[in-house]
Amino acid sequence: MKDEPLLRVTSLSKSYGPRVGCQDVSFELWPGEVLAVVGESGSGKTTLLNCVSTRLLPSSGTVSYRMRDEVWRDLYRMNEAERRFLMRTDWGFVHQNPADGLRMTVSAGANVGERLMAVGDRHYGRIRETAIDWLERVEIAEDRVDDQPRAFSGGMRQRLQIARNLVTSPRLIFMDEPTGGLDVSVQARLLDLLRGLVSELGLAAIVVTHDLAVARLLSHRIMVMKDGAVVETGLTDRVLDDPRQPYTQLLVSSILQV
Amino acid sequence: MATPLVVSEVGKSFTMHLRGSVRLGVVENVSFSLRAGECAVLGGPSGAGKSSIVKMLYGNYAVDTGQIIVAHHGELVDLAKADPRVVIAIRRDTIGYVSQFLRTIPRVAAVDVVAEPLVSRGIDREKAEARAREMLSRLNLPERLWELPPATFSGGEQQRVNIARGFITDHPILLLDEPTASLDAANRKVVVEMIAEKKAGGVALLGIFHDHDVRDAVADRVIDVTEFAPGEAAA
Repeated sequence: MKDEPLLRVTSLSKSYGPRVGCQDVSFELWPGEVLAVVGESGSGKTTLLNCVSTRLLPSSGTVSYRMRDEVWRDLYRMNEAERRFLMRTDWGFVHQNPADGLRMTVSAGANVGERLMAVGDRHYGRIRETAIDWLERVEIAEDRVDDQPRAFSGGMRQRLQIARNLVTSPRLIFMDEPTGGLDVSVQARLLDLLRGLVSELGLAAIVVTHDLAVARLLSHRIMVMKDGAVVETGLTDRVLDDPRQPYTQLLVSSILQV
Repeated sequence: MATPLVVSEVGKSFTMHLRGSVRLGVVENVSFSLRAGECAVLGGPSGAGKSSIVKMLYGNYAVDTGQIIVAHHGELVDLAKADPRVVIAIRRDTIGYVSQFLRTIPRVAAVDVVAEPLVSRGIDREKAEARAREMLSRLNLPERLWELPPATFSGGEQQRVNIARGFITDHPILLLDEPTASLDAANRKVVVEMIAEKKAGGVALLGIFHDHDVRDAVADRVIDVTEFAPGEAAA
């Protein structure tokens, strides 16, 4: 593996008319590194995630990515077809609401298999086998492979969405509040699964969350956002155990002890 | 061989922004070094900043001033200013840490908690788990607990999982923050033996021990933390 970052974000800004979405954000993400972006609602973390993942056109700044052939590409200079291909092969995007990332009216197996077909696999038997294998890895029983996600619980849907994203062996995953809206017991299971998969597959990930416990469990590095700007960044346990900025201290001190 | 750890003129304070930006000085001018094969002990009353020093050496607390030079993969790295990626690599390969409390993770079994530092270094999971079982057995953790997540364990049981996890690797530097606080005499003795083995293996250890018997048994010298008390300027 080359000792180089995978993703480089430089002076990224997005405004919605006079309102600031995110402002002058720069960072690098390395292979295998998990970055958590935290902050309260409206802090700009989802705007940032969408701009970096090419789902939302930034007002200024650049996002470059090291492709599998080691060539750096500026994502906003790629054409739409190239970007789409990147998103369904080398990237994954896990939405807070699984219905946004799944096709609810096709079977679980087809949801996973579809991503494989998108990268050119045409062998039905092999696709099904890989799909079943992935469902197992996210702890969905084989006898549910032909069921539609409509019939799944929230936690199962989220695990299915993760399988759908990981089946093409992406190098980078974006996650927007991956445990939002789930019961705590379901959350714990999902986090444990994500933690295992990320380290086993050496995935790089950007996780947007308002939950500092999720950030602590999943991420190596943390970026705290407020009013669209990054106010503090550093090693996750350093930022959480010794927060330096007033806003980070406020966030950390607002956690309820159980 | 380079000195494993050299701390020079390290200072630390906390600024409490939510309390009228009160600045609390913790330590100033912390300077000492650790040799391979010795166990130095931080001495001084509670609140003198012993744990804060250990946490800075592990990258867990930010450092305001000074340097923490670590011999990492044959190079000298200033941990006080290192990038998070470098701190993570130093923790994986060079500096181990046994904290006072175990941070439990839901659903992860004790044996996996202990094996994890080896697995993260690319050691085969089965081998790592076998080593983890040896460590847990040596620390007398009942075998029926090995496959359970430690969240419901007693303080002493969690402490032993923590010690097993910290001692399983061959890190050249090991930081110990009251590793024996909630252990009975038999297990304290095991830890004292384990520390002696680390010393014989050339590991540089820095510890905090409130237990005098343990401290007397392992310490080669005591570093008096009250010498690093912040001056009037910090108030």
